[in-house]
Amino acid sequence: MSLEGKVALVTGASRGIGQAIVLDLLAQGATVIGTATSATGADAISGYIAAAGGKGRGLALEVTADGACEAIIDAIEKEFGAIHILVNNAGITRDNLLMRLKDEDWDAIMDTNLKPVYKLSKAVIRGMMKARWGRIINIASVVGATGNAGQTNYAAAKAALFGFTKSLAKEIGSRGITVNAVAPGFIDTDMTRGLADEHKAKLLENITLGRLGEPREIADAVGFLASDRASYVTGQTLHVNGGMYMN
Amino acid sequence: MENIEQRVKKIVAEQLGVPETDVKNESSFVNDLGADSLDTVELVMALEEEFECEIPDEDAEKITTVQQAIDYVSANLGK
Repeated sequence: MSLEGKVALVTGASRGIGQAIVLDLLAQGATVIGTATSATGADAISGYIAAAGGKGRGLALEVTADGACEAIIDAIEKEFGAIHILVNNAGITRDNLLMRLKDEDWDAIMDTNLKPVYKLSKAVIRGMMKARWGRIINIASVVGATGNAGQTNYAAAKAALFGFTKSLAKEIGSRGITVNAVAPGFIDTDMTRGLADEHKAKLLENITLGRLGEPREIADAVGFLASDRASYVTGQTLHVNGGMYMN
Repeated sequence: MENIEQRVKKIVAEQLGVPETDVKNESSFVNDLGADSLDTVELVMALEEEFECEIPDEDAEKITTVQQAIDYVSANLGK
C-alpha cells in the first residue's frame, strides 16, 4: 500500500465521486479526511471510513463560509499532521440558460466550485513544500472542455481549473509537488440522476462506450495520480469520459 | 546560544544551498544568492519557524537582503 503514512483531504466526500475517491485512497493505505457540508454528512463519512477499516474521519466544511477553508486545514494538521494529498472535489450545479441565469447562480458556482480550490490549495502548500512531496488533484469536468448549453457558469468554473492546475503545477513542481486535474464525463451520481431521461438518452449517443461512468472509474484515475506511479505526471488533465470527448 | 545574525545567516545558507561564507549582510537573496521567488517564500517560512513568529505577507515582501531579515527579526522577536 503505497500511500501508507500519507494524509489526504477530499472535499465533497459524502457520496458519489468523492466517496469513491476516499475509498480508493483508504485502500492504498492513506489516512483520509472527507468533508461534507453538514455535521450529519460528516458523521456518515466517518461511518463509511470506519466500515472500510480505514484511518481518518469526516469533517463538516461549508466551503463558502469566511475562513472555513483555512480553519479546517489548521484543524486537520493539528490532529493528523501535514496534508500530503488534496483532492478538490466538492461541487454543485446551478444550470440555466445564460439569459435566465441569476447573479446568485453565477456566484454560487464560483464561490463553491472555484474559490475553495484556490483557498485550500494555498493552505496546504506550506506543508507539502516542507515535505518535498505533495499531490493536488482537482476534479474538473468534461463540460469545461466541450461546453454545454445551460451550464455557462459550471463550465466556466471547471475550465478555470485547467488553467489553475497548469499554473500551480509550474509554480511548485520544483518542490516535488504535482498538480493535476481529472475531468469526468457523465458519471452515474445524484448530480446526473437529476437530468431528464430525454436529455440522458441524447447524451448516451455521444458516449463511445455507450454507458454512464461509475464513480469508481473516476476514483481509479485520482488514485493513480495520488500515487507514486504518477510521480512524473504534472499539469495534466486526465479525461475520464468513456470517449465522449477526445483531446 | 548563537545570536540572531548567525542564526539568520545559517538559515539563509541552508535554504538557498549556498556556503555560509557567501552569505554577507548586504547579500540580496535574489541578485547575489541566486534565489527565485519561491525560494524567498520558503526562506520566510524557515525564518518563521526558527524564530517562532509569523511574518505577514506585506512585511515578507520587503525582506530582500540578509540585513533586512536580521533587522526584521531583531525588531519583532519576542513581541
